[in-house]
Amino acid sequence: MSSREVVLGRIRAALAADTDAPPPVPRDYVRVGADAPGTEPVLEQMIDRLVDYKAIVDRVPAGEAAALGDAVAAALSKAGARSVVVPSDLPADLVDASGRDERVVVADGRPSVLTPTELDGVDAVVTTAQVAIAISGTIVLDGKAGQGRRAISLVPDFHLIVLHADQVVSTVPEAIARLDPIAPLTMIAGPSATSDIELERVEGVHGPRTLHVLIVG
Amino acid sequence: MTSGTFLGIPRRHRHEESPLRGETSFPKAAKTALANDQLRRNLKHATGTIRAKRALVVNEMPDWEQLRDAGAAVKTDVMARMPELLEQFEAKVIERGGVVHWAADAAEANAIVTELVRAQGVSEVIKVKSMATQEIGLNEYLEEQGIAAVETDLAELIVQLGHDKPSHILVPAIHRNRTEVRDIFLSEMTGVVEGLTDEPKQLAMAARSYLRAKFLSAKVAISGTNFGIAETGTVGVVESEGNGRMCVTLPETLITVMGIEKLLPRFEDLEVFLQLLPRSSTGERMNPYTSLWTGVTPGDGPQNFHIVLLDNGRTNALADQVGRAALHCIRCSACLNVCPVYERTGGHAYGSVYPGPIGAVLTPQLTGITGHDDPSASLPYASSLCGACYDVCPVKIPIPDLLVELRARAVDADRSRTIPGGWDAAMRAAAWVMSDAKRFAAVEKTLAVGRLVAGPDKLISTLPPPGSAWTRTRDMPAPPKQTFRQWWKESHPEGSIARSADPADTEQKDGHR
Ligand code: SF4
Repeated sequence: MSSREVVLGRIRAALAADTDAPPPVPRDYVRVGADAPGTEPVLEQMIDRLVDYKAIVDRVPAGEAAALGDAVAAALSKAGARSVVVPSDLPADLVDASGRDERVVVADGRPSVLTPTELDGVDAVVTTAQVAIAISGTIVLDGKAGQGRRAISLVPDFHLIVLHADQVVSTVPEAIARLDPIAPLTMIAGPSATSDIELERVEGVHGPRTLHVLIVG
Repeated sequence: MTSGTFLGIPRRHRHEESPLRGETSFPKAAKTALANDQLRRNLKHATGTIRAKRALVVNEMPDWEQLRDAGAAVKTDVMARMPELLEQFEAKVIERGGVVHWAADAAEANAIVTELVRAQGVSEVIKVKSMATQEIGLNEYLEEQGIAAVETDLAELIVQLGHDKPSHILVPAIHRNRTEVRDIFLSEMTGVVEGLTDEPKQLAMAARSYLRAKFLSAKVAISGTNFGIAETGTVGVVESEGNGRMCVTLPETLITVMGIEKLLPRFEDLEVFLQLLPRSSTGERMNPYTSLWTGVTPGDGPQNFHIVLLDNGRTNALADQVGRAALHCIRCSACLNVCPVYERTGGHAYGSVYPGPIGAVLTPQLTGITGHDDPSASLPYASSLCGACYDVCPVKIPIPDLLVELRARAVDADRSRTIPGGWDAAMRAAAWVMSDAKRFAAVEKTLAVGRLVAGPDKLISTLPPPGSAWTRTRDMPAPPKQTFRQWWKESHPEGSIARSADPADTEQKDGHR
């Protein structure tokens, strides 16, 4: 008998005496927040949470492409980034802005991807995101347009995320409903951190040591 | 004894070694731990800090109780439908290009993982912190096979380099302070900078550079998982440092070991558990990183994905009501941090990779028990039954009730033996006293003697045996001046309306007849 049959057999035997169907799962927790995605209270909460996690946050007015480009370039320059990796499908204006101040821009993806060691030699990464959750200050990347492979947002030391206001939802259930389960998902709440030595928090262990978020709108 | 109920816990016949089992009984191990002042100070600080953080972020959730109810109900559903959910999970993982293995016990899981590592032709693998792989002693097994398994979580790395054992589910090196960590790094870590201080920041950066080379070159990684979603075949790792992301993203091959109870039926259930887990565990609104992946994604992450579904005693536990309830555990460690017994003894005293209140229930259920001399048999007594563990448990596991049930079974089992064990004698004596009002009243009177033994601070610090077993390690509060029954009698004179509510009085009258 295969172990599969052994284990499943044991489980069936363990449950044999049970006849009652389990009660339905009560879902009367808060599913939808009081405020709509992208509204001021939701954005305020998002920013408050991000700052609490030691992320850097800036707001950029919507509809002003120039302002966004300036903000991207300024953030990268301030971080001292001289090279930056971008997903090959990042919007062109963001790619252009990333390359200002003589920064080297490397596109990852089509046609080729960077090796981990090559990525390690790059200072920063710029991506967009899929959805963000205000109640817990979490930003979710799913590898779709503008977000790239998981590795590119992991290895460089500085991560700049461009988030649009309408992507910021209030609650976790609202965010889960917007996700594709099959896509590789990375949820980010502040920069990498550890509290393993005497519970003293240290930012930046293996992931990016700095997280900078630009909220458009 | 080969059949019948003994302690009502699955019987174990062989005394096999397992990271699940201790070598000494809890009281013995606890005695050593209690004598360690440094350890107690570390623990008090750590558990106190995490407790406070947790309380803060839980209190800001208006729907916390509803989330707990949902979490508990989802887990009940998982246990009841486990065969169908596992099969669904398996099918989804395969559909997405993953390979599913089943392991009935630790030996089999270790063998499967070793074979998979060998097939990649490597002698070093990187690991994400995982209770399941600790439980099966995977690192030790791989080492015997000539494969080095490098722990990448900072605390696990400290434990590994210190040739030590984890003492807490969430913060495994909590028993170490910064100076000890520095000493371990200096003596065990290659390429450490001279003049490393004991600043946590410096120590973390030393670990960063030590591990980075390994992350960038590793071909195989091994992880556990926090969830396995039946509906989609998705698995996930919840972490803080980014070491988890490194492991599940960069290598070509990823091997994930998953206890069969880690299932969630629907993708939607994540919305409950991604709220319950971080707040209960680290006391954060959300942990810095969560990775979720489903089989293989072309061009992104590992291109070979294997998952090992692990039984290793879980089906034993499932067959028992106490064990089944314990399997709901999502390993948040909240119950450890509020437990007065854990706070004083630390995790090593429990002897198992699962310490604290949940460990006291889960360990004997997973290992089974050979008899009273089995270290796992003492674990249900490692609790003050104060109830704090239930209050914080995100999936509402009634740990105190489960412990009481296990103790009661121990007493029941003893009753059928010819030579009574200590507990049996004590419980029989108690039952004899309590079943007769006059005897009970007589015993109550003797309690007043306790007040004479106690010093002016109302604490009794030395007692002759058997009380010494208690007072050796803590002070015992002196008995109150009055018992409840004495107080009741005085404050409720004959004829008052509440009189008939005191059944003991009625019985006394009967006795006088
Ligand atoms: S028993 Fe509950 S509180 Fe304890 S670790 Fe498990 S889920 Fe957390």
